[in-house]
Amino acid sequence: MLYREAGQFKTTYGDDQAIFPIRQDRWGIAIVLAIAFVVLPAVATPYFVTSIMIPFLIYALAAIGLNLLTGYCGQVSLGTGGFMAVGAYAAYNFAVRVPELNLIVVFLLAGGMAALVGVVFGVPSLRIKGFYLAVATLAAQFFLDWAFSRIKWFTNYTPSGSVAAPPLDLFGIAINTPDRRYYLILTIVVVMALAAKNLVRGRVGRSWMAIRDMDIAAEIIGIRPWRAKLSAFAVSSFYIGIAGALWAFLHLGAWEPLAFDINRSFTLLFMVIIGGLGSIVGCFFGAAFILMVPLALNQIPLALGMPLSTAMISHLEFMIFGALIVFFLIVEPHGLARLWGLGKEKLRLWPFPH
Amino acid sequence: MTDSGGRKIGDVLLKVDNISLAFGGVRALNDVSFDIRAHEIRAIIGPNGAGKSSMLNVINGFYHPQKGTITFRDIARTDIGPYDAASRGIARTFQNIALFRGMSTLDNIMTGRLLKMKRNLLWQALYWGPAKAEEMEHRAAAERIIDFLEIQAIRKVPVGRLPYGLQKRVELGRALASEPDLLLLDEPMAGMNVEEKEDMCRFILDVNDEFGTTIALIEHDMGVVMDISDRVVVLDYGKKIADGTPDEVRGDQAVIDAYLGVSH
Amino acid sequence: MGFFFEVLFGGFLAGVLYALVALGFVLIFKASGVFNFAQGAMVLFAALSLVRLMEWMPIPLALLASVAIMIVFALAVERLVLRPLVNQEGIILFMATIGVSYFLDGFAQTVWGSEIYKLDIGLPNEPVMILESVFDGGVLVNTFDLAAAAIAGVLVLVLAIFFQKTRIGRALRAVADDHQAAQSVGIPLRDIWVIVWSTSGIVALVAGIVWGSALGVQFSIALVALKALPVLILGGFTSVPGAIIGGLIIGAGEKLAEVFIGPCFGGGIETWFGYVLALLFLLVRPQGLFGERIIERV
Repeated sequence: MLYREAGQFKTTYGDDQAIFPIRQDRWGIAIVLAIAFVVLPAVATPYFVTSIMIPFLIYALAAIGLNLLTGYCGQVSLGTGGFMAVGAYAAYNFAVRVPELNLIVVFLLAGGMAALVGVVFGVPSLRIKGFYLAVATLAAQFFLDWAFSRIKWFTNYTPSGSVAAPPLDLFGIAINTPDRRYYLILTIVVVMALAAKNLVRGRVGRSWMAIRDMDIAAEIIGIRPWRAKLSAFAVSSFYIGIAGALWAFLHLGAWEPLAFDINRSFTLLFMVIIGGLGSIVGCFFGAAFILMVPLALNQIPLALGMPLSTAMISHLEFMIFGALIVFFLIVEPHGLARLWGLGKEKLRLWPFPH
Repeated sequence: MTDSGGRKIGDVLLKVDNISLAFGGVRALNDVSFDIRAHEIRAIIGPNGAGKSSMLNVINGFYHPQKGTITFRDIARTDIGPYDAASRGIARTFQNIALFRGMSTLDNIMTGRLLKMKRNLLWQALYWGPAKAEEMEHRAAAERIIDFLEIQAIRKVPVGRLPYGLQKRVELGRALASEPDLLLLDEPMAGMNVEEKEDMCRFILDVNDEFGTTIALIEHDMGVVMDISDRVVVLDYGKKIADGTPDEVRGDQAVIDAYLGVSH
Repeated sequence: MGFFFEVLFGGFLAGVLYALVALGFVLIFKASGVFNFAQGAMVLFAALSLVRLMEWMPIPLALLASVAIMIVFALAVERLVLRPLVNQEGIILFMATIGVSYFLDGFAQTVWGSEIYKLDIGLPNEPVMILESVFDGGVLVNTFDLAAAAIAGVLVLVLAIFFQKTRIGRALRAVADDHQAAQSVGIPLRDIWVIVWSTSGIVALVAGIVWGSALGVQFSIALVALKALPVLILGGFTSVPGAIIGGLIIGAGEKLAEVFIGPCFGGGIETWFGYVLALLFLLVRPQGLFGERIIERV
């Protein structure tokens, strides 16, 4: 009864195409944002903020990036970890070599570098599709892994190959507490998620989806495939690059190339599949879900009084992720986002389903 | 030339000269020439495998002929990409529906407007000011087509879920959305029941009448072809065997032979 | 000059190993159009099964048991993954096999353990000098390399005979050509899938034996198998000879590059050299060395 659109008439196309056309949804999102910005920092422990909320938000951002490419434009990528690494190391090099730069500028430049590299590795997509392309993106992953561990310039010749983010400040405020880092990340993620949503509901998003659904027909109605594909690679890598920079600077603090290895790529692909291919909100669901599995594997046996070994937890994690992927692809290829949508449909009709 | 409806049939819009197309050793088109005049409905008919779809594919740049020229709006060329054809005003539908199955009816039709939308990525990401105004302007254009084709009720439905007949209609809508000068229809009525065919005929005639769009169509239903087209070109085994008004073609011995399967 | 050939032969050995993994990919891709990302995990699973079973039973019995395990795995994949996803797009199936790969990696290590296990089924392993009459000082090779090459050769021969001469083999080829046509003449698709995944499992076992004998059976086997992907691109997804020749080219190419060009770039370039080689090749010839050209239609 509470959730329905009866009586809410749209008088302009603008209203009809709003992100949240139904009033109750607008309330819902306002409440979520209020919790995220006000309630959570006030009540959550620093552990919860640093170990759960921060990785969750950054993962969601990277998943949005991958989803733009894979879910919207239909180009499967297994090189996400590599593009995150580009963002992380670009941010590091800009911040260390040009210390005057504002932190936001550093992140934007990091995203820009990742976009550039993404376009280069996206060029094969003009000739090849599907799993051929997936294999080609693996080339990006391995090449970038190698470059950041072997080319010493990228790590500023640190002897161990591991690098640390410099002390961060933004407009004179030192970003040195969990809450401050959380606020910075949250703001960036909210803004970028909104921008992503805007992109996919407009011209650019439609040209990506047209390429995804039928590239030949897309070309015949006047979409240039190279433009659509390369712009998808660029925007996607921009998002992933910024996520990588945030991950390195605000989550890890100090890192080595292993932090962005191929497992990161797979984890993100799993988030996108479980959250829902072609859904922005699904990326948040997927990220939360994937983060919760290891937590649950840790906590539940512990609570039952039979803790598992770390190795066993990691093996079980592999099995559960693998099984979940197959399960979702079979049962609901549009992932949790689709289940969420179906739930809302039901709610709209409740309690009178006919 | 004029017809009963008072439409003014104009000069030659598209001219096909000596087109030959082969795949490996197989000749799909052999020295085919004909023209299409502005505002007319031109049918291309012929038995299966005659090269009709190949002809459309050549016209909109998907296949590249080995020989011959295509002159569209007085510009001659032998080779062109599908994007160029689209941007110069050629739109088409497909024999096997080629809609974007993951997108709604409205979004499919909006893809037909993509060529006319100019705001760049940054504006798009903001979705504000000029970008939003542009989006609304094109939404209004898409809505006019939705009204015209009477598909208001399925505006937000993913096209993959629509029945076949409606999918064909949405595909016509997507082609119309680009406001083409020349509309190529590849078997727009294939697989439809009588009622759906009548609807589709009405839409084709209305498009031609109201928007003045030139139409070239491939169709197997001879009744329909003879009813709605101004002129008919007949292909058989990749060669043109007849060209003229429906009445002329109907009486042509070569055409009768081709359809009855008389050996050459 | 002798050194060059030693590097080259070393590369060929790596190439044979890649080719063995690639063969498994090709079999499944040919018969079902599925790009099986889990082939590497299958190699790990098969090798782990064998090496742990050998602790309990004589080698021949352990081999038989491992083959049986791979057949059970094939049955499970057909029932739980392929059947529910029939008629889905190739890319969905591809992602599903990534899931299978993760599951199998975890499962194999949960059941069999995650240490490094030494595998010795009695393959020869001693250095010998060859071509002493051709070069000064000759070329140092290992009999193990020669045995590996022989195993690969025999495997290819057996597969060739299986495909060309047996009734099942002919049915497999019919399915590869056209799924629907094969079904309509009464070839049960499900049985074919089970057979081809079993065959691929056995190929994985052979690859696992060779890999495991060389490196020890450990998790990294599943990762090294990723090296077989550029081999596929180079050789074409549907070609058995392509897998072999592609394997040899990638194997030799990356070893030579590592030794002769690598030092200029700080070393380690063999981690990506094969991929980049395959990628460049792809831009020139998308269907691979021996693949069939795809003509697009509307």
